[in-house]
Amino acid sequence: MDKLNLGKHISGKFSAELSSVMSKVLAMGGLVEKQLTDALMAIQLNDKELADRVLQSDNKINQLELEIDSACTRIIAKRQPTASDLRLVLAILKAISDLERIGDESEHIARVALKNFNKEQEHLLVSLENLGQHVLVMLRQVLDAFARMDEDAAFEVHQLDATADRQYEALTRLLMTYMMEDSRSIPKIMDVMWSARSLERIGDRCQNVAEYIIYFVRGKDVRHASPELMKNTVQGR
Amino acid sequence: MLANEPQKPVINTQLASVDESKKLTDFETKFEVKNLRLKYGDDEALKGINLQIPKNKVTAFIGPSGCGKSTLLRCFNRMNDLVDNCTVEGEVLLDGENIYAPKVDVAELRRRVGMVFQKPNPFPKSIYENVAYGLRLQGVNDRRTLAEVVENSLRGAALWDEVKDRLHDNAFGLSGGQQQRLVIARAIAIEPEVLLLDEPASALDPISTLKIEELIDELKDKYTIAIVTHNMQQAARVSDFTAFLYMGQLVEHADTNVLFTTPGSKQTEDYITGRYG
Repeated sequence: MDKLNLGKHISGKFSAELSSVMSKVLAMGGLVEKQLTDALMAIQLNDKELADRVLQSDNKINQLELEIDSACTRIIAKRQPTASDLRLVLAILKAISDLERIGDESEHIARVALKNFNKEQEHLLVSLENLGQHVLVMLRQVLDAFARMDEDAAFEVHQLDATADRQYEALTRLLMTYMMEDSRSIPKIMDVMWSARSLERIGDRCQNVAEYIIYFVRGKDVRHASPELMKNTVQGR
Repeated sequence: MLANEPQKPVINTQLASVDESKKLTDFETKFEVKNLRLKYGDDEALKGINLQIPKNKVTAFIGPSGCGKSTLLRCFNRMNDLVDNCTVEGEVLLDGENIYAPKVDVAELRRRVGMVFQKPNPFPKSIYENVAYGLRLQGVNDRRTLAEVVENSLRGAALWDEVKDRLHDNAFGLSGGQQQRLVIARAIAIEPEVLLLDEPASALDPISTLKIEELIDELKDKYTIAIVTHNMQQAARVSDFTAFLYMGQLVEHADTNVLFTTPGSKQTEDYITGRYG
């Protein structure tokens, strides 16, 4: 956390408030990561109990989002943060709303695991595995980058999304062929399609979080920027 | 973004690269400081300052106690001349003319460059006479002219409505915030070009402080303003440009919006976020 440089405020209480918010964000990130891992596992192992647990755990994440939101509001009202402290609070506020949505998407995926797929349809679920694992890696890396406020790592995650998009596209084509082959299975295939869509969205949200990290470190908003511009920003040019 | 969607055009404003910050060079310069060194005896309070104060903008000076910000402000109307052992090297150009040149009329300089201090210092006279004082010194005695200038100045200092019915009461009867606005009215009565404000609100309550800040914002259309403040949030609120001084040196001088969100120097960052240097 050395980039955060939190311990050096003359007001120790301010440092403590910022550190406490940051640890809550990391805890929230941990929960979100667990939700996605469990949801993917539930799909892969057809484990309905685990899927149920995912559904029940989402409220913890929502609760943390509310807590962090109000802690940030208090900091803004009482401390009037500036410069990197201000950017940290803003990055946190934005990142948690993306994390919360990743939690929701994981819940959607877990719901699909609760449905009954017969033997011939189980291979459909397996097809989600590659994309699922790729997105999980993105989430882990971006959370790790956020904890260290590592802009290079964030940039790497940002680049990884292109692969997620390609895998999603390939998966969509595959599922469409299945639909054409057997129209009776379309409802089930649609379920899988929605899960794939959820995973693809998670990749996009990881990308968002990566952008907030770059904003915090470099003080420049790289959303909607061209890839070259983003690269130059990360490298401090 | 999906790979099979048509590639979204990258937004053309190039958000991250567009530099929206105001540049000093975009504005007319009112004051230019060139390699200014100032010593009190052997103590060097300003160690070679170079900066420009843009016309009709508010420039704030911030920095820890003893960094030289008040000393620098006092250089703009040669208030330091009144301090024993004070030696000044370098140049301070007002509209291109060095105010430290030998032939400069200091009284005339101080008419052009007014100053307001931390503690309101009205004269022990009526409200009216306080504002009219500068004009009387200049030999203006026409009652109608005086009445007009007093009213306009008090209006300019956002004090008119509060005092119009008691113009001939003693100025000491006003509250601290009103006294400070009276002093500002007195300063603008003689139509200066520049207003120097040295901690103008630090002895005032929050509401009076906000009134002064509001006033600063209105005054900048007519005057160039330089303000020294310990209150960083105040600097952030009122100024267009902010200069951060540390130990007699200018560390950073930039658009206030930039300085308070993405300062260029580590020292500035540590100071404005309240960290140990």
